[in-house]
Amino acid sequence: MRRTAGAYAVAAILLGLFAAAPAVLSDYWTTLLDYIGLYALVVLGITLLTGVAGQVSFGQAAFVGLGAYATAWLTTVHGTSPWLGLALGLAVTAGFALVLGLVTTRLSGHFLPLGTIAWGIALFYLFGNLEFLGGFTGMTGIPALTAFGIELRSARAFFYPIWLCVFGALLSIVWLLDSRSGRAIRALHSGSIMAQSFGVDTGALKVKVFVYAALLAALSGWLYAHFQRFVNPTPFGLHMGIEFLFMAVVGGAGHVWGALVGAALITLLKQALQSVLPQLLGTSGQFEIVVFGILLIAVLHGARDGLWGWLDARWSHRRPRRPIAAAPALPARPRPEDGAPLLEVRAVRKAFGGLVAVNDVSFVQHAGEILGLIGPNGAGKSTTFNLVTGLLPLSAGDVRFRGRSIAGMQPADIARLGIARTFQHVKLVAGMSVLENVALGAHLRGAAGVLRGMTHLERAEEDMLLAEAARQVERVGLGQHLHTPAGALALGTQRIVEVARALAADPALLLLDEPAAGLRHLEKRALQKLLERLRGEGLSILLVEHDMDFVMGLVDRLVVLDFGTKLAEGLPQEVRGNPAVLEAYLGT
Amino acid sequence: MSFDIALFLVQDGLTNGAIYALMSLALVLVFAVTRIIFVPQGEFLAYGALTLASLEAGKVPGTIWLLAALGAAAFAFDLPAMLRRRAGRAVLRSAAWNLLLPATIAALVYALAGHGSNRLLQVALTCLIVIPLGPLLYRLAYQPIANAPVLVLLIVSVALHLALSGIGLFLFGAEGVRTAPFSDASIQAGGLLVTGQSLWVYACSVALMALLYAFFERSLYGKALRATAVNRVGARLSGISTVFAGRASFLLAAAIGVFSGVLIAPITTIYYDTGFLVGLKGFVGAIIGGLMSYPLAAAGALLVGLLEAFASFWASAFKEVIVFTLIIPVLLWLSLRARHDDEEEQ
Repeated sequence: MRRTAGAYAVAAILLGLFAAAPAVLSDYWTTLLDYIGLYALVVLGITLLTGVAGQVSFGQAAFVGLGAYATAWLTTVHGTSPWLGLALGLAVTAGFALVLGLVTTRLSGHFLPLGTIAWGIALFYLFGNLEFLGGFTGMTGIPALTAFGIELRSARAFFYPIWLCVFGALLSIVWLLDSRSGRAIRALHSGSIMAQSFGVDTGALKVKVFVYAALLAALSGWLYAHFQRFVNPTPFGLHMGIEFLFMAVVGGAGHVWGALVGAALITLLKQALQSVLPQLLGTSGQFEIVVFGILLIAVLHGARDGLWGWLDARWSHRRPRRPIAAAPALPARPRPEDGAPLLEVRAVRKAFGGLVAVNDVSFVQHAGEILGLIGPNGAGKSTTFNLVTGLLPLSAGDVRFRGRSIAGMQPADIARLGIARTFQHVKLVAGMSVLENVALGAHLRGAAGVLRGMTHLERAEEDMLLAEAARQVERVGLGQHLHTPAGALALGTQRIVEVARALAADPALLLLDEPAAGLRHLEKRALQKLLERLRGEGLSILLVEHDMDFVMGLVDRLVVLDFGTKLAEGLPQEVRGNPAVLEAYLGT
Repeated sequence: MSFDIALFLVQDGLTNGAIYALMSLALVLVFAVTRIIFVPQGEFLAYGALTLASLEAGKVPGTIWLLAALGAAAFAFDLPAMLRRRAGRAVLRSAAWNLLLPATIAALVYALAGHGSNRLLQVALTCLIVIPLGPLLYRLAYQPIANAPVLVLLIVSVALHLALSGIGLFLFGAEGVRTAPFSDASIQAGGLLVTGQSLWVYACSVALMALLYAFFERSLYGKALRATAVNRVGARLSGISTVFAGRASFLLAAAIGVFSGVLIAPITTIYYDTGFLVGLKGFVGAIIGGLMSYPLAAAGALLVGLLEAFASFWASAFKEVIVFTLIIPVLLWLSLRARHDDEEEQ
């Protein structure tokens, strides 16, 4: 605790020194700091959007333009207050970002950046050609901001509102990332299937992140307009959009502080290059963009994590860990009665064109048992699994869970009913700790959204989620790895983290997709023991596996598939003696 | 609008559309083989046109210095690994490709520039200078990170565009150029005046597309590139080098870019930064084809050309706005068509 207090004290002193900067610095440097702040505000949005959520936008400068032009038009043509200009700018930006986000969210990742390039160009020409926005010459006479009766006319005075916004935005993102929604955002980077399986609405979340990044850009534009008191289309063109992304990448796109470092570094470098290069080369021209372009390529080749990422790799082990707060337990799901039918698979069928991968397969899983679904490669096990979890639509048949049909439901809705799963190819967020990965499993047991996450108004719920996650990590015996990054663990341990993540969802049924694949003998033993213990605690488990030895001593009953058809069903020792099964496995 | 004007706009739109179509084919080709969204495609068009214009003016084009510099850089990057492997022959081969070849081309240009105004010779020299830039850029910018995610490759592309447009300004200056037309002939057909140059554009575009089709369908190299596009790992296992596939696709893309530049330069004034917008319009076409289908991309690009022609008649100030906003309904349509989106690529 003392260490945290010390860190706060240091932070407060640094912040105080920074606040005193305009008093000691020259006008030139104060203005430069103002610009760095304006850029950093935009880059912070890109950090969240690109570095964390894995979406790329080259069109942030266009959003800055929307924010700037909205207030310029309202305050000069209609003489309204700048605050109304801010409201209009944010509203218009949110509208545009919403449309752009919605039309690209279902497409693969590269369509958003292409869309933003096109739209960045379109908006640039729109600003330049609309009479009422002053065309390419722009608009002058924008009034200064007034705060507490003081007109903010100088760069010195403007320093404070700009940096207040920057630190506010920074804090909001740091807090957001350290919350239920933030964990879901950080999971977006590694594909959407895993997040959806734990109930995250990935499409909506992507759009929200995109809109927030756009709003930060618009806020920067509003400040810019009242700081410059003049706007024209040039600073909102595509080249500036590229430069913003450049700042984020150089600073370290995945790191919030990297946004500040990147914005400062590139702004200073640009100043230096613009004054030095033309002298060096003897002619004028845009030499700095050549240097920037080559530098960016070099950074992406050599240090894709940026400057802050490089620093962070050397510091992160010294960062203090927040202790898990004691919190009341989350409400638990009512348990199904032992022996009652839990999952009923009725004549399910899946055809891919002419190929029937699963052919009228039926079986019943009872509560409290471990049921093994086995078969040689290509038997249709994984397809059956995907039919149950909603990743694939059924061609025919029905799947019923606790008496109600779940055929045709989305993975997130199936998760909500109490089915949790693991993945054959482990899907953990490598950069998040074991605790955070497991807490992602409890996503549906919390409700706090993006806004409450940003403001940390959800701490009571968050404490409960983290305490639950910590309990599940202990339950599977990984207590010593609570704060280890998931990517640093061995495959066998990662599989067990996946089990803990599924347990955090408080499932009525646990689905395991080839949990023994790629594990060494001792790791398999450990996994077997864990699953036996979970059954002892009353959990129902459906296991898809092709490793006979792993399954035999563990399951209560077996269903054997071959070529999409059910070959046998029964107790392990019965199935082992079944001639059809022997033939399928041994090929005799 | 009278029928004559409409016809004229269609002709204009098809001429530009043919160039956009060539761009979009190159973009789809590069994306399919390498997963690179090649934003600087248009730069080859500008470099080609401006290099030809320099030669026409009897000057030595600045692009030969760029060629020599990129060659030297590629050799320097190859060298450490080759020395570590003590691969003497590889050093010689790399030197031949990266140092000797650019030097020879430069010498040839020096010897021939300013002597005579043979059109074919000037076009041939332009190709010799600019087309090798394609594989060299692949070697320097993309090859070291060929397996990076699509988004990282895209950011590299944008950075490369930035660098190339700055270099273009340095080499060629800010003035625009127009080269002499291939043909001064024109045909009066009804109320419409069809210029010889636009016929050249149509004919060459169609010929180039036919050539590409034959290359991909009939030749072994073409099939190897297609195999890489379908499955990179599988192609590697069958002995197709992905490095080769990358350089070959960039060679083709550069060639398509240079030809487009040579074709369009007599019709439109080309500035150092013209290529970018032309390339992006090719992109809008390629996106209409979902960045996948060659015929759909070409059709989309023609549509962009026509739309632009009519937009410039009705609302000339907003022509770029209209063309680039077209992408929103297209994306919406693609998104409604897409059933499932598994972007599990990391």
